[in-house]
Amino acid sequence: MASLDRVKVLVLGDSGVGKSSLVHLLCQNQVLGNPSWTVGCSVDVRIHDYKEGTPEEKTFYIELWDVGGSVGSASSLKSTRAVFYNSVNGIILVHDLTNKKSSQNLYRWSLEALNRDSSPTGVIVSNGDYDREQFAENPVPLLLIGTKFDQIPESKRSEVLTRTAFLSEDFLAEEINLVIEKRYFTRDPSPVRLSFYLLF
Amino acid sequence: MFTSQVLFFGFGWLFFMRQLFKDYEVRQYVVQVVFSVTFAFSCTMFELIIFEILGALSSSSRYFHWKLNLYVILLVLIFVVPFYIGYFVVSNIRLLQRQRLLFACMVWFTFMYFFWKLGDPFPILSPKHGILSIEQLISRVGVIGVTLMALLSGFGAVNCPYTYMSYFLRNVTDGDILALERRLLQTMDMIVSKKKRIAMTRRQMYQRGEDQNKQTGFWGMIKSVTSTQSGSENLSLIQQEVDALEELSRQLFLETVDLQSTKERIEYSKTFQGKYFNFLGYFFSIYCVWKIFMVKFWSQHISFILVGIIIVTSIRGLLITLTKFFYAISSSKSSNVIVLVLAQIMGMYFVSSVLLMRMSMPLEYRSIVTEVLGELQFNFYHRWFDVIFLVSALSSILFLYLAHKQAPEKHMAL
Repeated sequence: MASLDRVKVLVLGDSGVGKSSLVHLLCQNQVLGNPSWTVGCSVDVRIHDYKEGTPEEKTFYIELWDVGGSVGSASSLKSTRAVFYNSVNGIILVHDLTNKKSSQNLYRWSLEALNRDSSPTGVIVSNGDYDREQFAENPVPLLLIGTKFDQIPESKRSEVLTRTAFLSEDFLAEEINLVIEKRYFTRDPSPVRLSFYLLF
Repeated sequence: MFTSQVLFFGFGWLFFMRQLFKDYEVRQYVVQVVFSVTFAFSCTMFELIIFEILGALSSSSRYFHWKLNLYVILLVLIFVVPFYIGYFVVSNIRLLQRQRLLFACMVWFTFMYFFWKLGDPFPILSPKHGILSIEQLISRVGVIGVTLMALLSGFGAVNCPYTYMSYFLRNVTDGDILALERRLLQTMDMIVSKKKRIAMTRRQMYQRGEDQNKQTGFWGMIKSVTSTQSGSENLSLIQQEVDALEELSRQLFLETVDLQSTKERIEYSKTFQGKYFNFLGYFFSIYCVWKIFMVKFWSQHISFILVGIIIVTSIRGLLITLTKFFYAISSSKSSNVIVLVLAQIMGMYFVSSVLLMRMSMPLEYRSIVTEVLGELQFNFYHRWFDVIFLVSALSSILFLYLAHKQAPEKHMAL
C-alpha cells in the first residue's frame, strides 16, 4: 500500500451544494442516501489507474478531502479548516447551479485554499477581492463542478450554461463541456446529474 | 414620522440583504418585504416610546400613531406571517405542491385555533371585552412574546458575564492548539490509510470474483464462498474502525474550533475595545444579579436611561442571535421559512418589550401605554416574566457550570 503515491484533492464549496454526495458518488459508485451536514472534514478514497493499458500504468489512490462549512464562517472555524489545506495536489470547486451566490463564493473559497498554500512566499490578499494574477501562477489544477442541473427548469438552462462559461473563463481555464447523465436508482429514485466543466 | 418608518424599512431591507441572505439568492421578494415591514413597525414602536418620554409631537398625533402601528403590527404578526410560513412549508413538501393555497389556509386555521386556545389557562382578560377586540389579540401575542423574552434574557443575563469577563476565560496557549491540530491530522491520516485498505480489498475481491466466475464446478463454488466470506468480514471490521475514527475526528475538530475561538477572545480582551466590553460586562452582571434578586427600589431617571440602553442592546443582541441561528440551521430550501419564523419571533419580541417596558418607565409616561393597549393585566405579565426569567437564568447557570467543568478536564486528558 505504501508504495503507491499519494494524491490529495480538496473538495470545496458552500454548505448544501452537494460535496458529500459528489465524493460518495465518485468513491462508492452509489448515490448518498441520507446526506447530512459535514462537520469538519470527511475523506474518501478512489483508486485510479493512471494511463491504463500502457506500459507506464500506475495505480494511484486519490484522496478526496471534503471540507465542510461556508465562506462566512467565524474566523476560528476558518483557521481550524486551514490545517486541511496543506500539500494539496488539486482542488475541486463545487457550486450549486440553482444558487448564484454559491458560484460567487467560489472565488473566496479558492483564495482561502490557495493563500494557505502560498504562505511561504508571503503574498496574502487582504481584502479578499478577486485578482486574476493569483491564478496565473497557480500550480494547483482546479476543477469546477456545477450540481443540481436537473432542478433547473428547461427555459433557464442556456442562461445557466453561459454564466458558467464566464465563470470558468475567470479562473483562466479552458472549458470543455461534458454533460454526463446517468441515473442511479437506489431506494429513492432521485437522479443525480452532473455537468463536468474541465479546467486545467 | 413616516420618513422614519421608511428609514427603518430601508434598514431592515439592507440587513436582510447584507447579513441574513448573504449566501443565498432571493427568489421570493415577498419574504424580504414582509421581514422589512415587521422590522420597520417594530422599531417604530420603540421610537414612539422615546417620543412619549421626550414629549415630541402632539399628544393626539402620538395616540393616533400608536393605534395605527399597533393595528398594522398585529395584522402582520397574526395574519400575514403565519400564512406565509404555512405556504412556504407546504411548497417545500413535494406531495402537496398542487394545492398549495388550500393547504396553506388549513395550516393557518390550525395556527389560529392553537393561538386562541392559548388564552384559556392564563388569567389575562376581564370578561367585559368582546371576542375580536384588540385586547384579546395583544394578550395572546404578549404571552408568547414575554415567555420568549424571559427565556432569552435569563440566558443572556448569565451568558453575558461569562463571555465577556476575563475571569472565566481559560488559558489557551498556541502549543495546545498545535498539539490538537497534530492529533486531528494524525486521525485523518489513519482514516485515509484504512479507507485505502478497504478500497484495495474491495478491488481485489472484485477481480478475484471475476476470476472465480470462470472457475466452474464444486471446488470453484466452495473456494469463492470462503474467500469472499473472510474478505467481507474483514471489511466490516475495518469499516467499524473507520466509523469510530471519523467520530473522533469530528470531536477533535470541534475542540480545536473551541480552543481557537477562546484564544481569539483572549486576544480581543486585551485590546481597548475588549477592555471596554469587559467593564460593561461587570456592570451588566451586577445589574442582572440585582434583577435576579428583584430589588424594588428604582430611581426613575436611572431607569429611563436604562430603558434606552436596553432597547438598543436588545435590538442589536436579537439581530445578532437571529443571524447566528440562521447561519446554523438554514439551507437553500428552508431559508425562506426560517426568515419568516425569525420575523415572527422578532415582531412578538418587540411587542412584548413594549409591554414590559412599562414597568421600567417613570409613572407619568405609563398612562399612554396603558391607554393604548387597553386594560390588560400588566401585573400578570410582570410576574410571568420574572418567573420565567428566574427559571431560565438558573438553568443556564447550571448548564454553563457543567460545560465549564467538563472542558478543562477534556483538556487535561490530552
